[in-house]
Amino acid sequence: MSYATEKLTEEKVFKDPVHRYIHVKDRLIWDLIGTKEFQRLRRIKQLGTTFLTFHGAEHSRFNHSLGVYEIVRRIVDDVFKGRPEWNDDDRLLTLCAALLHDLGHGPFSHSFEKVFGLDHENFTKKIILSNTEVNQVLRRVSDNFPKRVEEVIAKTSKNKLVVSLISSQIDADRMDYLQRDAYFTGVSYGHFDMERILRVMRPREDQVVIKQSGMHAVEDYIMSRYQMYWQVYFHPVTRSAEVILTKILHRAKALYEEAYQFKQAPAHFYSLFKGEITVDDYIHLDESIVLYYFQMWQWEEDEILSDLAQRFLDRHLFKYVEFDPAKEYKKLSELSILFLKAGIDPEYYLVVDSSSDLPYDFYRPGEEEERLPIHLLSKNGEVRELSRESSIVDAISGKRRTDHKLYYPANLLHDEGQHKEIKKQIRKLLDIE
Amino acid sequence: MLKDHAKIIHAIAASDEIVGRKKLQKMIYIAKKINYPFHEKFAFHFYGPYSEELTLRIEELCNMGFLNEIKEKKGGYYQYRYTLTESGTEFLELNKVNMPHLKDCLVDMNGQSARFLELVSTVLYFEDLPKEEVKEKIFTLKSKQRYTEEEINQAYYYIDTLNTKAAILS
Repeated sequence: MSYATEKLTEEKVFKDPVHRYIHVKDRLIWDLIGTKEFQRLRRIKQLGTTFLTFHGAEHSRFNHSLGVYEIVRRIVDDVFKGRPEWNDDDRLLTLCAALLHDLGHGPFSHSFEKVFGLDHENFTKKIILSNTEVNQVLRRVSDNFPKRVEEVIAKTSKNKLVVSLISSQIDADRMDYLQRDAYFTGVSYGHFDMERILRVMRPREDQVVIKQSGMHAVEDYIMSRYQMYWQVYFHPVTRSAEVILTKILHRAKALYEEAYQFKQAPAHFYSLFKGEITVDDYIHLDESIVLYYFQMWQWEEDEILSDLAQRFLDRHLFKYVEFDPAKEYKKLSELSILFLKAGIDPEYYLVVDSSSDLPYDFYRPGEEEERLPIHLLSKNGEVRELSRESSIVDAISGKRRTDHKLYYPANLLHDEGQHKEIKKQIRKLLDIE
Repeated sequence: MLKDHAKIIHAIAASDEIVGRKKLQKMIYIAKKINYPFHEKFAFHFYGPYSEELTLRIEELCNMGFLNEIKEKKGGYYQYRYTLTESGTEFLELNKVNMPHLKDCLVDMNGQSARFLELVSTVLYFEDLPKEEVKEKIFTLKSKQRYTEEEINQAYYYIDTLNTKAAILS
């Protein structure tokens, strides 16, 4: 028996609040879960700073990765198996890609990527292809297996069907995170009939299609996605925490570049500051490390770093007002000048944050869009794009919603110990008197 | 503060006019790859590297009235034409962008076809791979475009030219 086909003597199960059980029978999958790079995902929260808004949202990328694996396992083992359009030789490739798709996520990914110009997809690739435990396990299947898995995750594989299971507008990744994030945040949105969707999925040469009879379940999935984005993912308080986190990182980097003497030398950040981070450095960086430095930075001499770190840890977040960049960008310049006059650095304390979502879009032939649509399969074998069949989906197709907010430190603006008149002017401009 | 918006406006101003969303995407991606500080995140899609963030930013800039988008019917499909509006010029005056000599690179790219820029950006996307593997990727992932070996070699040559231009000028 080859390593690729080797089964565990007894099936292992993980108890899971979303899928009830996660089943592992393949030796390869079990070994991948045991690698240090995969175990590291336990120390990275799935929803970053959302726990400061929804206190239950402490779940990790480890939970989610197992969930995506389980969904894909059910699709390939229970729905696709035996169908002529499905090649069972792709089973293991698909399961590995599902399990490892988020391997390169770092702590508070979004902020880190923004400040240090990182790309978690690139780290996923590097972890899979370089000398890591994950790579060693994958290579036991064959020398080019790590590369094949990486190509599926990066969407550069020629096997479009497998890619679409992991990454498309209705993929295992989204189906897991919507339900998992709804469960852990405690919101009532995010629920849809996944069992139904899985049952009506069908493999085709270059993508997964959905049987026409499952259209209403897909409509429900798209609506729950829409609600989760606006109720949870783009929650303004979460965004405030993220703004502060981003500014802490910016400040620490700026101080390093000015040769500032930190009381607690940020050794784990040096390679990030220099833009020379290796895979090994990256793997060792997790949220415990980052939060440790935030604790230490509270006591730094630098007032901005110390204040921002305290704000994050004690949840003294920035307040916000609605902001229309088109009409108010001149006001923003005015505010920046007033902030400077009031001794509050606008680079760190006056921040515009934008969120935007497109719940569903489709590729119109000849247009230059790049989103693969959801296709419905009718009884006569014809395949039609979802929004042509569903008036609910048609109503929201291509409709992007964007929200801009301007964040500021309310306590500093209300402290009239200094620059009383200027602060009054600022409050008036912000309309927070 | 709206710095990333300003950079995109600056790029379109420098190019005078960009015709086609695909072309715009590829020009910014290539500029980013030759080390101009654009922060939009790109991933691999049908036409090569594509940034959802950039699409969004362009939409926002049109909604803000800083960019002018003209949709025109071109045979069987629609094409989009982007230029700066007066408010866009005014915004740029208030939010100056310093990207030395980006204009020379963008003007050069703007003179190339979208098809060629798609090839150039795909080569850049796979730049860590050996040339033979890049060719294989292009032949399999972009089989519909029917790129020839000669075109791929031209793409490599073009990347060298752009890099030299960016390095010499900056």
